[in-house]
Amino acid sequence: MSRSRGHRQKLPWPIVLIAAVATAFFLAPFVGLMWRTPWSKFTDIVTHREIRDALWLSIETSLITSMICCIFGVPLAWLLARVEFPGRRFIRALTTLSMVLPPVVGGIALLFTFGRRGLIGQYLDRWFGIRLPFTMTAVVMAQCFVAMPFLVLTVEAALRQFDSRYDGVARTLGGSRWYVFRRVTLPSIRPSLFAGFVLAWARALGEFGATITFAGNLPGTTQTMPLATYAALDSNPESALILSLVMIAIAFTILIVLRDRWLGRTDQGVPL
Amino acid sequence: MFSRRALVIALAPISFFTACSSSHSQSSSTLEVYAASSLATPFSYAGLAYEKAHPGVKVEFNLGSSSDLARFVQEGAPADVFASADIANMDKVESKDLLDSQAVIFATNYLEIIVEKGNPLDISSLEDLTNPDLIFVTANPDVPIGRYTAEVLKKAGVSMTPDSFESNVKGIMLKVASGEADAGIVYHSEVVASDGQVEGVQIPTEFNIVAKYPIGIIKNSTNKKQAQGFVDFLLSPEGQALLTQYGFGIP
Repeated sequence: MSRSRGHRQKLPWPIVLIAAVATAFFLAPFVGLMWRTPWSKFTDIVTHREIRDALWLSIETSLITSMICCIFGVPLAWLLARVEFPGRRFIRALTTLSMVLPPVVGGIALLFTFGRRGLIGQYLDRWFGIRLPFTMTAVVMAQCFVAMPFLVLTVEAALRQFDSRYDGVARTLGGSRWYVFRRVTLPSIRPSLFAGFVLAWARALGEFGATITFAGNLPGTTQTMPLATYAALDSNPESALILSLVMIAIAFTILIVLRDRWLGRTDQGVPL
Repeated sequence: MFSRRALVIALAPISFFTACSSSHSQSSSTLEVYAASSLATPFSYAGLAYEKAHPGVKVEFNLGSSSDLARFVQEGAPADVFASADIANMDKVESKDLLDSQAVIFATNYLEIIVEKGNPLDISSLEDLTNPDLIFVTANPDVPIGRYTAEVLKKAGVSMTPDSFESNVKGIMLKVASGEADAGIVYHSEVVASDGQVEGVQIPTEFNIVAKYPIGIIKNSTNKKQAQGFVDFLLSPEGQALLTQYGFGIP
């Protein structure tokens, strides 16, 4: 704390000014939204059944997504950070590709792969009778596809920075590989793991393009908040505004509260 | 000295943005046409033909669902011409007094059931769509195609729950063409434009609707002369022939 106070005395004001412009750029659209919001209709709209369904579906799917991202993403990040193997750069590029892909294209790719006539989907249908499009599973798959890279990148960066000799020492002291991973490696990257979880969750919560393309848009089944918001833009722009605000409020609250609680250390310089 | 240099650095991004926006507004010979996505094919050819006949004019299209486009226009988007797939969305723009003159109907369309190539489920009527195992997709009821579809189903006394409400016609086309959905209802012109990717099944005239496409010049257009020229071109025999070629009807 005392260090940052020392810095404050010679603030480089051009930097502060530019940072202020950047902040204003993020703040202004939210103010713009709130400026147009019909506050008097807030409770009417939020308690509407279709909206409650969409809200619940969004929360449910985005949390499932971020958990799946952890289960699959952490081992992947560990492999990318710790193990030298041929094609590692290729795998890293491949698993983060969906970050730069327009989500709609991701959705089409999923459709052509896991759809009923897709590369893999046709066998799922023929052998097991599983049809993924237009289901909640498809919503989660679309979200995982776009959200997992956020977790993988964050956790991989942390694993690279964490001195792997600690692992080695723990191993020489007799810890099994799994024990060391669980009790030494994971706790040391906990803030980054959590940051990755939150980033993936936030990305999943806002996901639109891949979802509507792969999972379709049916209230109660695949219509998440972003889809409901988009649909409402036509029928009822006022409720679209209120829906957007609800999403912003949820995301903002969770980001602030959880960050303070879990990541108290990051403010003192632990890299995110 | 330091503070002045700092000011320049701090303001550089701002001057960059103003430079961008001013250079954009100078090109007044660009015609911005906002058109329903179902008009994509004939309009792109109409644009080319118009550019050829009027050297120096560039026709640019903003294609989307009519409801999206109507909203853009209401929010002050720099449109010169707006062509909607239904009258309701044109009315939204007209009621806000954003049109230069009354919109005119320049094309018509009717609906057709679409099924996967080869019609594997042998769908031949609207009643066949009620099969609960069948995956039927439509669009949001505020997108013209969604409302027309609901109208047709109501007229035929057919009721069913769609499996998805896509955001526009292209979404319905994609789901059926890729075989993910078994059927949908779209404009006849879409079936023509799909080039055999989906198969059309006729809807009897008694249940069908006539979709009317109005076009109007936006009041705030900075290029009304070319805007009128483009509308006139679409209403000319050449323009109407182009529309018929791609499956549209003539009013």
